[in-house]
Amino acid sequence: MAPVPCAICKTSRALIIRPKNHQKLCKTCFIQVFEAEIHHTITSTSLFSPGDRIAIGASGGKDSTVLASVLKTLNERYNYGLELVLLSIDEGIKGYRDDSLETVKRNAVQYDMPLKIVGYDELYGWTMDQVVETIGKKGNCTYCGVFRRQALDRGAKMLGIKHVVTGHNADDVAETILMNLLRGDLPRLARSTSIVTGDETSDVRRSKPLKYAYEKEIVLYAHHKKLDYFTTECIYSPEAFRGSARSLIKNLERVRPSAILDVVRSGEDMAKLVPEEVTGVSHCKSQKVSLSSADGEDEGAGGCGTNGRSSGGEMADMEKNLQQNEDAVGREVDVTLLMSSDTNGQKHNRIEAKGRKPGRQEVGKKLVRQKLGTCTRCGYMSSQEICKACTLLEGLNKNRPKMEIEIGVEEEESSTLRRRMEGIAVAVG
Amino acid sequence: MDTHETIPLIVEFTGGLEMLFSDQRKHTLQVPAKDDKGNAVTVGWLVHHLCEEVMKDTRKELFVLDGHVRPGILVLINDADWELEGEASYVLQPRDNVLFVSTLHGG
Repeated sequence: MAPVPCAICKTSRALIIRPKNHQKLCKTCFIQVFEAEIHHTITSTSLFSPGDRIAIGASGGKDSTVLASVLKTLNERYNYGLELVLLSIDEGIKGYRDDSLETVKRNAVQYDMPLKIVGYDELYGWTMDQVVETIGKKGNCTYCGVFRRQALDRGAKMLGIKHVVTGHNADDVAETILMNLLRGDLPRLARSTSIVTGDETSDVRRSKPLKYAYEKEIVLYAHHKKLDYFTTECIYSPEAFRGSARSLIKNLERVRPSAILDVVRSGEDMAKLVPEEVTGVSHCKSQKVSLSSADGEDEGAGGCGTNGRSSGGEMADMEKNLQQNEDAVGREVDVTLLMSSDTNGQKHNRIEAKGRKPGRQEVGKKLVRQKLGTCTRCGYMSSQEICKACTLLEGLNKNRPKMEIEIGVEEEESSTLRRRMEGIAVAVG
Repeated sequence: MDTHETIPLIVEFTGGLEMLFSDQRKHTLQVPAKDDKGNAVTVGWLVHHLCEEVMKDTRKELFVLDGHVRPGILVLINDADWELEGEASYVLQPRDNVLFVSTLHGG
């Protein structure tokens, strides 16, 4: 085939075909466009403020390596005024994490960023190797996931940093949306779509600046920029359900490359239809949502993740209005039908989650209303008296780890798990 | 087969695929210029050849699924996405660099 010229510069040879729009680009223009889009995501969602200290959750893998590289580039190019730090978690998996941490150490030098590594052993007294030795490979992802989420937040706290960014990409988000759809977990589906969790008042916010970036483009960016990243599969059992969702996404992409972003957009639109009572998330238009993901278990609890929306003071006024004045929006009609009759007065829009009245009847399946507090054991953020990490640890320490934890719940575990955990917490308390 | 002419190629595996190919990222190969039927060899032919002759790992499905390169594996021919080059029908040229990158491994 004759070489195709780049659609932007018209001179260089196109090497990349973009999944989202089939645009054919040369290497230089691709790198520029990729970075510009991340910049747009960051600015349109007002993700950062000058002077912010940001911890980049760094695994040494492609996504977090690309995230670190792009953030460094953009921070310098557009004077974000950010102080960037790499934060890595050592799960204690020999032959897997120790190798990838070497990559992170090189990245710290390459990007001239400080690096903090926190280990499961120091935080919890258990390495994943020891956990697997005790409970077997089945279900270990749950432990690893629960521990990791808390470990990132704890690491950030040790650094005095209030905002952690992770390398979750569009494929990851689409996959999570599908998983939650497939298991009928609307609350989590809604939360998983948002780009940021928490706000200035939370201990640690989380965000996903690569939320709209295709995994394919992330890999190509890493390739063309010759970034140093690590690839190996975790040596413990891959998670079957997520794996299926992943294959589904990849198969869809093959037939219709735009499908991935379409799923993300659909997830965002569905999220808006989920009442706040169910998600524990206010559908705010400013991206700064005040509810917390309890225990930090959701990759992205928060409001709408839609790009390009306005944010700012007008929203505060609107919130006030809406608090007096409910069921304002047409899109809520269908949802309202699902609710019990004594839920009038509930607001689906932009309500400070913390301001919710307690004791209102739960909607739909019995879902635990998330209310941020602190774990009575570790003192770390939790929606329950005892956080999930402590609950799991207790089981491990008593050597009775077979707590019927669902397989297939790793990244954002289901409400079922949460309910079971509550049960356990009560039982041991 | 009217000729035993061969062409040199560089084939690379990254993103975790090297695991399937003896943990070796870069493979320098000499492949026949023509296939059994006397047609010039293509990338599609190469994929089959790699699977049959080069790959020692038995998990062929991690590389080829239903006769196609597994979804989620990118193929770059001389750094260009193979979709720009006619995908499997691309006719291999001497000293081509064919890179297979998996996007499926942890980030």
